[in-house]
Amino acid sequence: MGRYVARRLLQMIPVFFGTTLLIFLMVYALPGDPVQGLFGDKGGSPQVIAALRHEYGLDQNIFVQYFNYMKGIILHADFGTQVASGRPVTDVLGDAFPVTLRLGGFAFVIEVVVGITLGVYAGLNAGRAADTAVLLTTLLLISVPVFVLGFILKWIFADELQWLEPNVNDPTNYGELVMPAIVLATASLAYVSRLTRTSIAENMRADYVRTAIAKGLPRRRVVTVHLMRNSMIPVVTYLGTDIGALLGGAVITEGIFNIQGIGGTIYQSLIRREGTTLVGLVTILVLVYLVASLLVDLLYAVLDPRIRYA
Amino acid sequence: MRGARSAKWVAIAAVVALSATACGGSSDKDGGKGGDDKAAIDANGTFTVESGEPENPLQPANTMESYGSIVINSLFTGLVDYDSSGKIVYMNAESVDTKDSKTFTVKLKPGWKFHDGTPVTAESYVKAWNWAANPANKQTNSFWFSDIKGYDQVAPESGAPKAKELSGLKVVDPNTFTIELTTPIPYYVYKLGYQVFSPLPESFYKDPKAAGEKPVGNGPYEFVSWDHKKAITVKKYAGYTGSNAAKNGGVVFKNYSTPETAYEDLKSGNLDVITQVAPKDLPVYKQDLGDRAVDQAYSAVQSIAPAFYSKQFKGINPKVIQGLSRAIDRDTITKTVLQGTREPATGWVAKGVLGFEPDAAGDVTKYDPAAAKALIKEGGGVPGNAITIQFNADGGHKEWVEAVCNSITNATGVKCSGDSKADFQADLQARKAKEVKSLYRSGWVLDFPMNANFIRDLFGTKSSGNQSGFSNPKLDAAIAAADNVTTLDESVKKYQAIEKDLPNYMPSIPLWYYKVNAGYSEKVTGVQFGQDGDPILTGVEVKKK
Repeated sequence: MGRYVARRLLQMIPVFFGTTLLIFLMVYALPGDPVQGLFGDKGGSPQVIAALRHEYGLDQNIFVQYFNYMKGIILHADFGTQVASGRPVTDVLGDAFPVTLRLGGFAFVIEVVVGITLGVYAGLNAGRAADTAVLLTTLLLISVPVFVLGFILKWIFADELQWLEPNVNDPTNYGELVMPAIVLATASLAYVSRLTRTSIAENMRADYVRTAIAKGLPRRRVVTVHLMRNSMIPVVTYLGTDIGALLGGAVITEGIFNIQGIGGTIYQSLIRREGTTLVGLVTILVLVYLVASLLVDLLYAVLDPRIRYA
Repeated sequence: MRGARSAKWVAIAAVVALSATACGGSSDKDGGKGGDDKAAIDANGTFTVESGEPENPLQPANTMESYGSIVINSLFTGLVDYDSSGKIVYMNAESVDTKDSKTFTVKLKPGWKFHDGTPVTAESYVKAWNWAANPANKQTNSFWFSDIKGYDQVAPESGAPKAKELSGLKVVDPNTFTIELTTPIPYYVYKLGYQVFSPLPESFYKDPKAAGEKPVGNGPYEFVSWDHKKAITVKKYAGYTGSNAAKNGGVVFKNYSTPETAYEDLKSGNLDVITQVAPKDLPVYKQDLGDRAVDQAYSAVQSIAPAFYSKQFKGINPKVIQGLSRAIDRDTITKTVLQGTREPATGWVAKGVLGFEPDAAGDVTKYDPAAAKALIKEGGGVPGNAITIQFNADGGHKEWVEAVCNSITNATGVKCSGDSKADFQADLQARKAKEVKSLYRSGWVLDFPMNANFIRDLFGTKSSGNQSGFSNPKLDAAIAAADNVTTLDESVKKYQAIEKDLPNYMPSIPLWYYKVNAGYSEKVTGVQFGQDGDPILTGVEVKKK
């Protein structure tokens, strides 16, 4: 198992370089120039433009730029500097990441708790009215677009009932994060409960469950230990990729609730052609995905004793 | 217990991976200090304004976009300012005198201080301008100093700089300095009102980067904190001696990524002043806010400009462009598609600037399909009988571009379609690279409130704002003549005459003036907006709670 983990960690290295190079090239291929963009409709003096381009290395070959950028990241954990503000990208990340982490984490908890509970409930009652009710609810949640849901929630809870603040003014306040977290969680929550339901319903008929029941184990132990543990494999797979998506920021949800997180920052950097900021952000996200998928693979072994990694 | 051992490995892998990427959870700063001192009395009450994250560090000569400008304007007071009709008001300057419009003598009001307690002297200005003009300091607005003598030595077009200081700036005594220009500019005082010409304290030069994070100015407000991407807080500067001292205790510029959310926060009492209303809320905001809704024109103009370097418009007869202009039903489009957020333009110079004249363009901006058809025919027709209007898809322009196109096609039969560029960056690149195929959308917000800004800086052959490739020696000569007079009045009059003459050149087709659609909460009164479309912060009064 230790060797397996080591091998997976080593595999991350080529993936890391491949993705960052691709992103770098893609940003480079877009029309527009971050330095020219600073000046908008007004001309700007050519001397200053030249000086700025030189400072950020934009006057060099794209591969030289990539090499220098990677050198900075690897040797000094230096993710470059934002062209417009002159702030280090790590600072920009430091502003946005905690916000996204909090929101994403909150949404993830809602998704796991509510999604799995609903799924188990529906799975145990497969074919009955309760199952159909959960099916309908989850289908509805999947089909409603995020922004529609956001506006409906805001209208009900902020405008009409006035229970909650419409927007997030202080991202450290979990009370304000409730609405965006729910909105962010809904679609995934529905998928989680669908997946849980199916695999629970299927495993109910499995031999080992029948054995456990025949052994005379209490129903609660059969469900929580024997049934759940095995049924969680597809769910964990989904949750693993989803945590990456949640941390990648939700441009739409963040926009609706005025949250200054990763999603908005990525969007802004793209609009301004801030290649370095963009690559820095995405690099972190790539790492998050890689780690999440590794954890998922390892969790399989925990969940299903038949799976071994040598 | 296989399961337990595997679980241990999962945990170890997580720790290894996280520490390898060094992205372990970092504790963030406490952003919960709302700044709303609700129990305070009137004069010390603070209020919040919708804003965004400034693109650049907060250095006066490095700020072009509005989120940074509004903060800089609250922290710095320059030599002069303008009133709502575009007249000069002396701020830090006692007087700015000139005999020949080439050499200006600036006398400062004594006793002004920076927020760190050091006095504002002639040196504070001269040194700041020299610093900002130097290309090594990479200030985005440095070309503003190009009128001053010696700029070509400090920032030569090519090659190494030959001087570090502008030879045209001379300190006479602590409260007096002189500015010598390369050529006479009768309205130079107007330019001095722009924030680029702010003074800087001695402490700035020790670490300009840090000063951009924590600016020390001489304006009505002093800087308190900048919580990146969340808010910028400024408070009233008690030692301010200028005429526009703050009537409130301070301002919090709050970061909003969309106007919709800002509007909701205004309604729920979490925000006091918004600077724009989203299209979604435009139909209702006047009912929602009553007399707290703001709807006024400001000094910016939207136009479409032919690319004069393109095959289609090279050497075109201006009559054709006149015809296109007359085929646009500005009244209807501003009322319907634009929901009353714009006002039909009647000339090239925007409202609220010195020298603005209603109906300067005469008939050219009046909708008349028959005349449009006749003019296009008289001018020899539109080559290819089809035009496109380039615009950026991320700026909300699509709807009106289509409406303008329909109007042109219906009136004249000239085929017209939008040429959409993905975003402003792509649009700008196509313009800079002179790749516009037919016409393009162009907007101009005033730099200084005088008509020259809307004519000279856009249509002069070598002007910084001229992206259409328009060039006419007769117009260039007229502009040079208008600059080469001794008094401001004469110059304004000459530029007015030029504007009246512009229909014969048609360097662009003016469409409409921008309007501020904004509002404020019940907590504040006296909210007014300036020509630049920003709220006048110092005049805002906070009600007793």
